[in-house]
Amino acid sequence: MNFDLLMQLVINGLIVGLLYGVVGMCFVLVYKSTQIVNFAQGEFLLIGAWVCWAFLVYFKVPFVVGFLLTLVFMAGFGVLLQMIVLRPMIGEPIISVIMITIGLSMLFQALMKWIFGVSAESYPQVFETESFSIMGLNIEAAYLMSTGIAVVIMGLFYWFFKYSKQGLAMRATAFDQQVAQSLGISVKHVFAMSWAIAATVSATAGIVIGMVNGVSDSLSVIGIKVFPAVILGGLDSIVGAIVGGLIIGVLENVAEFFDGQYLHWGNLYDIAPFYVLLVILWFKPYGLFGQKDIERI
Amino acid sequence: MSTTSMRPCGDFRTSYQQDNTIFETKFIWLLAVASVGLLCLAPLFLDEYFLSLAIQVSYLGIAALGLNILVGFTGQISLGHGAFFGFGAFASAWINTQFGIPVFFAIPLAGFLTMAVGMMFGLPAARIKGLYLAIATLAAQFIIEDFFARAEWFSGGSAGAMAESVDIFGFIFDTDQSFYYIAMFALVTMYLWGSNLMRTRDGRAFVAVRDHYLSAEIMGINLTKYRLLSFGVSAFYAGIGGALYGHYLGYVSAEGFTIMMSIQFLAMCIIGGLGSVKGTLMGVIFMVMLPESLESVVGLMKETSWGNIPAVVDGIAYLKEMAIGLVIILFLIFEPEGLAHRWAQIKNYWKFYPFSY
Repeated sequence: MNFDLLMQLVINGLIVGLLYGVVGMCFVLVYKSTQIVNFAQGEFLLIGAWVCWAFLVYFKVPFVVGFLLTLVFMAGFGVLLQMIVLRPMIGEPIISVIMITIGLSMLFQALMKWIFGVSAESYPQVFETESFSIMGLNIEAAYLMSTGIAVVIMGLFYWFFKYSKQGLAMRATAFDQQVAQSLGISVKHVFAMSWAIAATVSATAGIVIGMVNGVSDSLSVIGIKVFPAVILGGLDSIVGAIVGGLIIGVLENVAEFFDGQYLHWGNLYDIAPFYVLLVILWFKPYGLFGQKDIERI
Repeated sequence: MSTTSMRPCGDFRTSYQQDNTIFETKFIWLLAVASVGLLCLAPLFLDEYFLSLAIQVSYLGIAALGLNILVGFTGQISLGHGAFFGFGAFASAWINTQFGIPVFFAIPLAGFLTMAVGMMFGLPAARIKGLYLAIATLAAQFIIEDFFARAEWFSGGSAGAMAESVDIFGFIFDTDQSFYYIAMFALVTMYLWGSNLMRTRDGRAFVAVRDHYLSAEIMGINLTKYRLLSFGVSAFYAGIGGALYGHYLGYVSAEGFTIMMSIQFLAMCIIGGLGSVKGTLMGVIFMVMLPESLESVVGLMKETSWGNIPAVVDGIAYLKEMAIGLVIILFLIFEPEGLAHRWAQIKNYWKFYPFSY
């Protein structure tokens, strides 16, 4: 058994898992506060990464400026999307809500392919050194940065929801919309804000992944990969999204290890999370941390 | 009700039998028979292109009706219909080549095999609903797709599977003209069966499960049984549609049955109208015509002096995808009840034409 390789893959899994966790958090945030399941989450990553790439390559702005401009753009984009497309969906049956985000996902995916093409593009070099060596394991600088950014984002989320006034308003809205409204919280603002946060944070994740793997169409796959993560963690738990993301990230890498070393089935990396997903839904549909829906007649 | 008027002049139903009838007046029945007759004559007038479109409408229409029974009538959600469609295509080819069963019988057998698989993946529906179910069927989509790539004994792996043409008593339906009749026969049969299903106890139970599942359970409807049955019926339709697709093309490759296809089936149901048999067909026609008409518009634009924009001409594949996404969004915002609802409104408008009140 090749322990070095296994360790390397587990580390990779944890790093990727943290990013799944970040994207999953955005998903949970939108679901909790607006009751909308966002199938277009992956396209946020895609759009963010391409917009940032366009700033850096076409307009030749420095990385930090381009990054901030992208965040501003994505915040506006998220708010507009919520206002134009998703506000009419309030109170519609769940199938309509799911389908409209799927429609958005198709639209933006094709739009990005149309504008930027299908081949992967890489970002201009941001770091001097390519990779570090920590305890004999190779870790790319961009990976280290992605871990740092993911942890910072999680910390910000924690602070925002725990201590800031806006965060409290959002938690109140998630708890009970009518009560929140009667306390003077503008539910409209909360909805717009949660989409803006989801869009900016997802875009950050998209840029980070784009730096490591290059920007391409495949970024939107992350939007599908978060489903196993958030279901495992519980659909309405932010902590659950992080834990689920880490577990799925490690799981797919370990699955790849066993696949490559022993089983030789191929493609297990992509498909293992979905088997897990089915098993969870079968035995524990509300996940590890999710709140159980109790229905009374 | 055996009048010869064009449409019933009002609701004068006095028995359940009248309430359940598919053809409300004799005239509508005659109209249906006449249109079936006209469909049989169509190959004499239409060229290959329109015939192939009609065949496309028929196999997609059968599968889409299955999805509408599941989504529109039973209120469950499935994001894996494209995979079931593909499973039917492979299953029919496999049954035909492996066991030597004639294609004509292999198609319904493939339907039943797909039904079994559909019920297996519908099992979670016994416990979960709504969003969770959507994600479970999403997992089913990926797992079945992976199965196609992996199971070489079944699907031929990456090489794909050959599907023979339909052969009845030595007559081989291998041209568009001849296969058209097979496709139309299947379409009419499956749509009649679908409409009839909705008149039976099982069909009404589906609707009851959709409308209020707790009340339905209290009234003695076994929720698990009917949810599973609905998944089964839906997969059966998908299997039949897929089998027709396979035997029409003569070759099934594992690449076509992606999540995109599942989304397109859902789009057909939503655009046509959830919970409407007639609407499903309208939705399918709309979705088949949309990319075709987009292509011909761009083709015409290319001829003009102002319209030959390289971005548009080269990006036609992406434009088609964008158009599908866009119509889903626009329909959900502006016409959530679909074309069937719009059709009913148009009919109502002309019913009282000059005096709309």
